[in-house]
Amino acid sequence: MSISKNNLILYIGILIFGIAAPFLFPAFKVQLSILCVLIVLATTWNIQGGEMGYNSFGNILFYGLGMYLCASVQVGMFFPLAEWTESGGEKTFVHTPGQFFQGMAVGLVVAAVVPTIVAGLIGYSILGLRGHYFAICTLGLGVAAGEISGGIEIIGAGQGFTTPPFPDVGNLESRGEFFYFLSFFVLILTFIAVRGIYSTRFKLILNAIRDNEDKAEAMGIETMKYKIVGWMISAFFCGLAGGIMGGLVGYIDSTDVAFDGREMGVFMVLMAILGGKGTLWGPIIGATVFHIFKEGFWTFFLGWQYVALGVLIVVIVIYFPEGIMGWLREKYPQRFGEVIDEKDRKAQVELK
Amino acid sequence: MISVQACLDGILLGILFALIAYGMALQWGVMNIINIAQGDLVILGGYIAYFMYLYGIHPAWGVIVSPIIMYFVGIAIYKLVINKVVDRDLFISILATFGISILFMQLMNFAFGADVVLANSDYGTTMLFNSNVVLPNSKIFSAFISILFAICLVIYMKKSKLGRAIRATAQNARAAKILGVDTEKVYAATFGINAALCGVAGALISITFTIHPYMGLPYTIRSFMIVIVAGLGNLPGVAMSGMGLGVFEEFADYILGTEFRIGSVFLLLVLILVYRRFKLSRKREYLK
Repeated sequence: MSISKNNLILYIGILIFGIAAPFLFPAFKVQLSILCVLIVLATTWNIQGGEMGYNSFGNILFYGLGMYLCASVQVGMFFPLAEWTESGGEKTFVHTPGQFFQGMAVGLVVAAVVPTIVAGLIGYSILGLRGHYFAICTLGLGVAAGEISGGIEIIGAGQGFTTPPFPDVGNLESRGEFFYFLSFFVLILTFIAVRGIYSTRFKLILNAIRDNEDKAEAMGIETMKYKIVGWMISAFFCGLAGGIMGGLVGYIDSTDVAFDGREMGVFMVLMAILGGKGTLWGPIIGATVFHIFKEGFWTFFLGWQYVALGVLIVVIVIYFPEGIMGWLREKYPQRFGEVIDEKDRKAQVELK
Repeated sequence: MISVQACLDGILLGILFALIAYGMALQWGVMNIINIAQGDLVILGGYIAYFMYLYGIHPAWGVIVSPIIMYFVGIAIYKLVINKVVDRDLFISILATFGISILFMQLMNFAFGADVVLANSDYGTTMLFNSNVVLPNSKIFSAFISILFAICLVIYMKKSKLGRAIRATAQNARAAKILGVDTEKVYAATFGINAALCGVAGALISITFTIHPYMGLPYTIRSFMIVIVAGLGNLPGVAMSGMGLGVFEEFADYILGTEFRIGSVFLLLVLILVYRRFKLSRKREYLK
C-alpha cells in the first residue's frame, strides 16, 4: 500500500483534526464518538454491500452481539451477572477505575472475536444465498436475534441491561474523552484495515463476485472462502463498534438499542448508499453528512423524525442511488483517474 | 386436547396468512418486487376496520370498506414510489419499500397511538369436544371470508380481461407490451389488488387478533416465507404452507412461550432459506 504525498497530507490533517476535535468542540464529544462508530459501521457494511454485492441487513447482528458481550464481560468479570441485571443497574456494585478499564479491554476483545467466529460459522450457510434471499434472510437474522435476546433473563430480557457506569476518576470530562478516543482509535484501525484490503487482490476478488459470481467461480476463485472472510472482517469491526456504543449509551435494550434493525441496521445501509457504494471514501462522507443532517434537523422534526427518515430512505434510494461519490465521479471523471476521449464525448453529444 | 386446539387455531390463522401471501406472490410474480411494507398495509387495513368499530359500525363491514380504501392507497404508493423502482435492482426495491414501511409505521403510530387495539365483533365462541376446544366464531368467520376472497380473486384472474393481462405480464412483460397490454396500468392494478387483499386481511386480523402500529414486519416475513416455500403461482401450495406456518406458530407459542413467538417465526425463515440453499446447491453440484 503506497501513499502519495497529497494523500499523506490529507491523512495527517484528518488525524490532527481528530485528536484536536474533542478540545475544539467540547460540547459535541458524544456526537463525535457516535459519528466515529457510524463511520465504522458504514465502512464495514460497504465491504459486503458495496464491494461484494451482498446487501446485508444483518450486520446489526454482530453489532448487537458485540454490545451485549462487551457489557456482560465487563460486569461478569467482577460481579455476578444475574444479580447485576436484576438490580436494574442500581449502584449495589461499583467498578473501581482499574476494574472498569480492565473489563472494557477484555470485553472489547471478546466483542470483536466472538462475532467474527459467529460470522465464520453461519457464513457458509447464509452466504450461499443470492440477491434478495440474502437480504431478507439477514433481515430475519437481525430481528430474530433481537426478539430472542429480549427473552433471555440473564442479560436483562425485556427490561434492558445497564452497562457499568464510568468510574469516578476526578475529572468530569474524562468519560467523553475516553469514549471519543476509543472510538476514534477504532475508526483509524478500521480505515487502515479497509484501505489495506482495498489495495490488495482481495478487493478485486470481491468485485469479481459482485459483478458475476458464477464467472468468478469458473475462473477458479473459491468465492465462498472470500465471501466468508469478507463477512468476518465486517463482523470484527461491527462487534467492536457495538461494544463501544454499549458503553457510550450506558443502557442496552434488545430491540431498541442493540439489535435495532429498524434504526441502526438501516442507517448503515443508508449511509453507505448516500456516500456511494463501493468506494473507500463514500461511506465516510455519507456517514458524516447523514449524521450532521440527522442531528442538525432532527430537532426540527421533533417527534416526526422517523417519518422524515422513511421519506429520506425512499428519496435517497430512488433519486440518489449512486450517492455523493457517484455524483462527483460523473461530474469530475478526471479526478477519479478516468480518461475521457474528447472526440468520443463530442460525438456522443452530437448524437443526442 | 391442547394440541387439537393449537392445530385448529393454527389452521384458521394460517388461512389468513395465506391470503396475505397470495397478494405478495401476485406482485412478486408480476412486478418482481418484494414489498417489505406488505405487513404495514395489513395493519393499516386493520385500523380502518377498527375506526369503523369506534364509530359504532360493526367491524365486519370493514371487510368491504377497507379493501376499497386500500386499493387507492396501493395505487397511490405505486404512482409515487414503486413505478420508479420496478425495473431496477431488486435491492433498491427492498430498500425503498423498507422506507415506506418505516414511514407507514410511524404515521400510524402518530395517527392511532401506540396501543394494542382490537375491534370487538361480539361473535361468541364455538365449543367442540365437550368444550375442551374453544374456537372464537370470529376466527371461523375470518377464515371463511379469506377463502371467499381468494376464490373470487382466482376466478377474476382466470376470466376477466384485466386478470388475463396481469397473467400475461407475469409471464413475459415485453411480449405483453408488444401485444398491446398497457403494462404500466397492469402494474398499478396489481399493486392495488395486493393492497386491497392486505386490507381484507387486516380487517379480519383486527377482528380476530390485535393490531399495533409496529406489528407489520412479522406479517411481511410470514408472507415471504409462505411464498418461497410454496413457489410463485402455486395456489394450493400457498394455502397449505400458510396453514402449516399457522400451526407451527401456535405450537411455538405453546411450547416456547409467547415472548419467543415472533423470534421463532424469524428463525424459521432463516432455517428455511438455509435449507433451500443447501437443497439448491446439491442440484448444482454436478456442474463442478
